[in-house]
Amino acid sequence: MHNVIPRRPAVPIAHWRHFWRGITREERAAFLFVLPLMIPLLVYWIIPAVASLYYSFTNYSVLQPTRWIGLANFQRLVDDDLFWRSLWNSAYFTVGNIPLMMLAGLFLAMAVNSYVRFRNFFRVVFYLPLVTSTIALSMVWLWLFDPNFGLLNAALQIIGLPPMQWLQSTNQAMPSIILMSVWAGVGSPMLIYLAGLQGISESFYEAARVDGATGLQAFWYITLPLLRPVTIFIMVSSIISSFQIFGPIYAMTDGGPAFATTTLVHQIYINGFRYFSMGYAAAQAWTLFALLLGLSVINLRLMARGMEV
Amino acid sequence: MHSIADTTTLSTSVGAAQRPQLRVGSVLLLIAIYVLLSAAAISMLVPFLWMVFTSIKPNETIFQMPPVVWTTQYTVAHYVRALTRGNFDLYFLNSMIVASLVTLLNLFVNAMAAYAFARLRWRLRETLFMVVLAVMMLPGLIALIPTFLIVKATPFAGGNNWLGQGGTGWLDSYPGLIFPMVGSGFYVFLLRQFFLTLPAELEDAGRVDGAKEGTIFWRILLPLSKPVLAVVAIFSFQAAWNEFLWPLVIVQSDKMRTIQLGLTLFQSQNRIDWGVLMAGTTIATVPTVAIFLMAQRYFVQGIALTGIKG
Repeated sequence: MHNVIPRRPAVPIAHWRHFWRGITREERAAFLFVLPLMIPLLVYWIIPAVASLYYSFTNYSVLQPTRWIGLANFQRLVDDDLFWRSLWNSAYFTVGNIPLMMLAGLFLAMAVNSYVRFRNFFRVVFYLPLVTSTIALSMVWLWLFDPNFGLLNAALQIIGLPPMQWLQSTNQAMPSIILMSVWAGVGSPMLIYLAGLQGISESFYEAARVDGATGLQAFWYITLPLLRPVTIFIMVSSIISSFQIFGPIYAMTDGGPAFATTTLVHQIYINGFRYFSMGYAAAQAWTLFALLLGLSVINLRLMARGMEV
Repeated sequence: MHSIADTTTLSTSVGAAQRPQLRVGSVLLLIAIYVLLSAAAISMLVPFLWMVFTSIKPNETIFQMPPVVWTTQYTVAHYVRALTRGNFDLYFLNSMIVASLVTLLNLFVNAMAAYAFARLRWRLRETLFMVVLAVMMLPGLIALIPTFLIVKATPFAGGNNWLGQGGTGWLDSYPGLIFPMVGSGFYVFLLRQFFLTLPAELEDAGRVDGAKEGTIFWRILLPLSKPVLAVVAIFSFQAAWNEFLWPLVIVQSDKMRTIQLGLTLFQSQNRIDWGVLMAGTTIATVPTVAIFLMAQRYFVQGIALTGIKG
């Protein structure tokens, strides 16, 4: 049982003066305790989020007086080829990154969860990139991807394959970034799946064994269904973060070559802080937010449906 | 009334003593698993090792194909250059100052609020808590541009008047780097959950003795909450150290650059000096990796129970 704090009996508010007089010492203390949190939250999050919505209907930029332009930014969005390009690239990255990362994460979690020694070693190793900064990892992979002196092309050469252009080719740039992101991100689904696996009671497997189920059947009919909530959770949070990829893009390709890797957040950054079209960038940011919200709602609906069955 | 929570979420050690569930029938399968896991572990480590090797190899060996791993001429020249001509000592110091202060402020600000949300009785408590959680759901990107403008319009700073106009405010300054990173619904939530699991009797005893809320918080609650405070401190330091977009947006001068910004300078060079860049990358990697290796226990607890990557 959790500690349930009894609700304070509602104070009838006849008058605002009455309200202030009714404040207890405990309430005053509580107010002082939340104040240091509420100030930065209000100033750096709540007000900006609302202001950003306002800016998306203006032509705000540092360079000129602000004017209300209605839906013109969103009109511009629809006609902006680069916006559609970036939307496509973000979706490309997300669709490429998430299944690979989740499959690899599930596989590693199951392997680490089996009768393997040095579990802690493996867990630490797979999680290592997640404590390292994205920029540092991007720099390391920029070096690995180097077409002339990079380790990856050297490895290809050793096994007798032709060298690749990696980040410098329009076709290979995005797959390269996906490769790096799967490598960098796999530890997160692995750890969450591991916790999920450890939450499955051994008795399910014993019952299955008694009934003569094979290991594969046990995996398919016990493990996977019981991991479903974990899977949906990982999916929702990875969609949200994958759609917002920026660090590796900025540090490795800056959207190139020929806009092959420009993503939504990269476009927002470019429009807001290189061209100073901040109104337009705000409109893009809110569009991205609406998109993510929609995707999350769909996902959570799917999860709710899965729970009912 | 006696009410002690059954599960202290954060003190459950995840997977440490659990028996493995997957029964591997044959030795062959186990060997296959070992081979695959080791291959995966090696591919995880190779980029890190390559980074370190490149940073200590002389330039002539860096650009040899096929690559040379072992050489007798390891050198610290790249580190010296990164720290002296590359200003990485300054960037490192800036990152250290920012990440440490963000962590310290985050501990206090979030723990205080979590205490009020978990332990005190006041009107608006549920409403404000929902607001804090809702803010956590907002992608940081939405607020990016107006936050930049608000930081720029900080009154009485950077040549601004009381209306926040005329100067650059907190742009390109430590407070501008630090304060917008303080306060997180995620940490408040984590701390509140932990505080809720502590028995109320402890505080009641304090109250009977006439202790005020501040004393109870400081003397009773915080000392009992070291594990969860460690989780918050580690996550917070790591997030602040690795933060990139916010410094990118507000830092303008070289003397305020964080180490992550310092690394991206190389990318614009025509011919990248890989030795120096990998030395800088190694320097940027060491603090968070070291903390991770020393405090893995807390990491695993925090990550597994919240499902949020650190």
